[in-house]
Amino acid sequence: MNLLIKLWRSSIGKKWLVALTGLALLGFVVAHLLGNLQMFSGAEKINAYAEFLKANEKPLWLARIGLLICFVTHILATLSLVRMNRAARPDAYALKRSVQAKISTRTMALSGLTVLSFVAFHLAHYTLRITDARFKVEAEGGLLTSAHDVYHMVIMGFQNPLISSFYILSVGLLSLHLSHGISSVFQTLGLETKKSAIWMPKAATLIALLLFTGYASIPAAVLSGLLK
Amino acid sequence: MNLHLKVWRQKNAATKGALVSYEARNIPEDCSFLEMLDLVNEDLLSRGEEPIAFDHDCREGICGMCSLTINGIPHGTSDTTTCQLYMRKFKDGQTIYIEPFRASAFPLLRDLSVNRSAFDRIQQAGGFISAHVGAAPDGNAILVPKTDADHAMEAAACIGCGACAAACPNASAMLFVGAKVTHLASLPQGQPERERRALAMVRRMDAEGFGNCSNYLECEAVCPAEIPALVIGQLNRDYAHALVKESL
Repeated sequence: MNLLIKLWRSSIGKKWLVALTGLALLGFVVAHLLGNLQMFSGAEKINAYAEFLKANEKPLWLARIGLLICFVTHILATLSLVRMNRAARPDAYALKRSVQAKISTRTMALSGLTVLSFVAFHLAHYTLRITDARFKVEAEGGLLTSAHDVYHMVIMGFQNPLISSFYILSVGLLSLHLSHGISSVFQTLGLETKKSAIWMPKAATLIALLLFTGYASIPAAVLSGLLK
Repeated sequence: MNLHLKVWRQKNAATKGALVSYEARNIPEDCSFLEMLDLVNEDLLSRGEEPIAFDHDCREGICGMCSLTINGIPHGTSDTTTCQLYMRKFKDGQTIYIEPFRASAFPLLRDLSVNRSAFDRIQQAGGFISAHVGAAPDGNAILVPKTDADHAMEAAACIGCGACAAACPNASAMLFVGAKVTHLASLPQGQPERERRALAMVRRMDAEGFGNCSNYLECEAVCPAEIPALVIGQLNRDYAHALVKESL
C-alpha cells in the first residue's frame, strides 16, 4: 500500500502505473481477439466458448474486476499526468515544430478517448445487450436461439454498416494507441536497450497491425457476406 | 542577407509579452545566430530603442548558456547550440520566429532570457558524489570497463542547456535528469548513493513543476550534446528500483 501511494505521488511512479495497467489491458486485447476469431470456426465453436466463459462465473468476474481496476487506473493516472504536463507549459509557443514525434504519439489522447467511448458502446451493445431488441432469446421476443448464441448476435450486430464502421474505426485507433503504447512500455519500465530502441517501435507497429487485421476481419467478413 | 525577425519581447515575468517584427539588414552569412542578434541590438541602440535580452556566455557550444527557440525548434537545428548556428543555414529574406525556452519551471526574466536555475537545484538535490576523493587517482586504481566508461561519458556530455525541456510538448526535464543519473550510475564511484540520488533528483524535478515523459523523443532530437533518450529508461528503472526498496 505504501508503495502504491508513493507510486501515485510521483510522476515516474504514475507512468509505471500507466505502463503496467496498459500491459494488462493489452493482454486482454490479445485474449479477446483469440476468442473472437472463433467466429470463423462456425456458430457451434464460438457459442460453446461463450457458454464456457459463463459457466466459470467466479474467474470471469475476477477477470472483469481486475480489468476494470486496470482500465480506471490507466485513465486516472494518465489524466493526472496530462494535468501536470499542461501546467508545465502554461504559455504555448507561437510557432512549434516537432522533429521526430510520431503520429501515434501525438494522437494518444484522441485515440484513447475514442476507444473509451467505443468500449462503453461495445459493452452496452454485446455484453449488456440493451441497444438492440433482437439480442434476446426467441421466448422473450428476440432472435437468438439461446442466451449463448453469440454467433448470430455478432452477425446481426455487424450487418449494420454504421456499427461496423464505428467498430473498425475504433479498433484502428486502438491499434494506433497500442503501437505507441507497446514501444513506450519498454522505455517506461526501463527495459529499453540500444538495440531494442531500434526494433521495438517496428515490432510494436507490426503487433498493432496484426491486432487491427484480426479485429477488423470480423465485421469485414460479416459485411461482405463471408460470415452469415 | 536580409531577414524578417519575429522576436518575443516581454519586459518581465509580470507583464504580458508579444511577438515584435524587426528587419535584420545586411547580415553576413558567416555570423553566428547570436552575432546576428548583436547586430540587431546595435541597430536598436543606435535608434534609442531597448535592445533584445538573450542568454549567452562561452559562444563555443560548451557552456549551455545560450537558448532560444528558433522557428519552433530549441537552438534552431537538431545538432548544435544557438551560438554554433550560423546564418548561412537560413535563406535570404526568410522569416525567423525567435521565442524563449517555454516551461513554467523556466520563468521568463526578460524578452528571450529565462531562469534555468531549476536545473541547478535538481543537480544540487543529488547529482554528485559525496565521498572526498582527494587528488585525481592513478589511471587504473579503479577499474572501469570501457563500455561503462563510454556509457558514462555519453551521458556526462549534457551541458544542461534546457533544450530538452523546451522541446518536449510536456516541458519534461527527464532527458536532463536521466543524463545526470545515468552518468553517475554507470561508474563505480556513483554506486553508494545511486538510489538516494535517483529519488532526490526526481522529487526535485517534480517539485520544480516540470512535466513528464510521454516518449515523444523530441528531447533526443534537439539535444546539442546528442544525449540518447535511453537515459530516460535508465532513470525510470533506477527510480522505480529505489522507490520499491525505500517502501519495503
